[in-house]
Amino acid sequence: MRRVSVVALNTFREAVRDRVLYNLVFFALLMMAAAVAVGQISIGIEQTVIVSLGLSAISVIGLLISVFIGVALVSKEMDKRTLYALLAKPVRRWEFLLGKFGGLVLTLAVNTAAMALGLLLVMFYVKHSLERGDAAVLVAVYFILLKLALVVALALLFSCFTTPLLAILFTVGLYMVGLYVQELRNLPVEVMSPAMAAFTRWLSYLLPNFENFNVMAMAAHGRAIPGALILQNTLYVVIYCTIVLTAAAAVFSRRNLK
Amino acid sequence: MPGPVIEIENLTKEYPFGFLHLKKKTSLEGLNMQVERGEVFGFIGPNGAGKSTTIKLLMRLIFPTAGDARILGRPISDVEMHRDIGYLPEQPYFYDYLTAAEMLDYFARFHDLTAADRKERVKRTLKKVGLETARKIQLRKYSKGMLQRVGLAQAILHDPKVVILDEPMSGLDPVGRREVRDIILELKEDGKTVMFSTHILSDAEMLCDRVGVIVGGKLRGVGAPGTLVDMKTQGMEILFELRGASNAPLLSKATRAGDCYRLQVAEEELYATIEQLRGAGARILSVSQVKATLEEFFMNLVEADRAQASAVDVSEK
Repeated sequence: MRRVSVVALNTFREAVRDRVLYNLVFFALLMMAAAVAVGQISIGIEQTVIVSLGLSAISVIGLLISVFIGVALVSKEMDKRTLYALLAKPVRRWEFLLGKFGGLVLTLAVNTAAMALGLLLVMFYVKHSLERGDAAVLVAVYFILLKLALVVALALLFSCFTTPLLAILFTVGLYMVGLYVQELRNLPVEVMSPAMAAFTRWLSYLLPNFENFNVMAMAAHGRAIPGALILQNTLYVVIYCTIVLTAAAAVFSRRNLK
Repeated sequence: MPGPVIEIENLTKEYPFGFLHLKKKTSLEGLNMQVERGEVFGFIGPNGAGKSTTIKLLMRLIFPTAGDARILGRPISDVEMHRDIGYLPEQPYFYDYLTAAEMLDYFARFHDLTAADRKERVKRTLKKVGLETARKIQLRKYSKGMLQRVGLAQAILHDPKVVILDEPMSGLDPVGRREVRDIILELKEDGKTVMFSTHILSDAEMLCDRVGVIVGGKLRGVGAPGTLVDMKTQGMEILFELRGASNAPLLSKATRAGDCYRLQVAEEELYATIEQLRGAGARILSVSQVKATLEEFFMNLVEADRAQASAVDVSEK
């Protein structure tokens, strides 16, 4: 795992030096503008507006980084051939892949944590106090990070066997589908043929379920998020990421570099 | 450990192409070759001959269609073997957001070196490749020649037993080439085995104990540069001076520069020719063996390969 951490820390350093964290400036400006505006246009629902806006911004910014940088993690190294010298060192391809994944997740964790801190500061500015129920915001941020880790794993998998453009399309497409997996599970299977019902059920379990991570409404209203859901989502991401990264490693381990 | 350091057996690489990948282009065909311990081995051939393909196969950057290879007695699939190997890719490109010192430190971390050891080696290696003063400059500001040097630095940083360099002279000015040649010779003195690819034949002649000539994906000859060339050694060259006009028939075959003539004859005709020239009043300045250069040997192979390829083309049509 030491080699994985060496690659991960370098990936984090790359993100920092490539000014990926500059998005925090945009987030800070957005939150400051929101803090000023919310006091004037929303009476009594300041928290709901601020939390919804803040969590949405954290999610969208994180998704943009996950998809675009996630796809570039491997493809850029192959295009620029920076990978050649590295793979000639005593490092396995799966270790490289896992390190790149870990590095971007670390970047996202730092980025998301900074934005969460910003959101809490704005909440404090608007409400002049923070309550215990506001901890739900932190759980919501944690869920966003879990979701982003899953998106990075998918982006990494697609970038291992297709072009960057297609990998972006596949990742975004799968994310969009994953938002509606619950709808797939709610389809009236009793009116379907048995084969179709089985197919629908299997598909709904096979596709990543991103809807599970959306607790924005609960956080905005300060409602506590059940511990079971936290555990379930954590395990779901760990298992799903393990499967996706194993597949990515299997593809990448046999890939001929240019 | 006795035996060759690099053993290549029947190594073949085919690339599929076409819409359904049904056609195949053979980039390397049944390569059998060995590199002995402590020697400098030059892998020479024109562009696209299969030199880089062979090296990439050895480094497991691409995978063979058939055949296998071993380095230091271990299969090339053994990742731990890379602890003893240094590799410089062709036209190297590194993380441009890092400085040279940071990049070397990053690569050194994969070799389980302590922080103090890493620091000392990075400093020593940068000095060796002449980048000591540029150690804190980001690689994005480096010239092509500087990148080549930093590439060489990362290849030798961990004191490997085997150093494989893909076109190490590429992009270097004469000073840089000289420095790389010196580094290769130093590695040899230190007992390292060096294999490098090049299409600059003078470098191969100057540095290599043995060379392998590859053309069209096939190995066409392996041996000491002198041995390979000796196979093609033919004739003798006589340099003579002849003042004034003469109608000696031999002069029609000679090339003239002022009063000096240069005449090439077969070895068995040498003495008879000298007698004739003396009889015509010529003063013999020198007699030397005509040796085909490595370049001529190389060009003959390339031309033969091209002729064969066009013959196949015509027959296919």
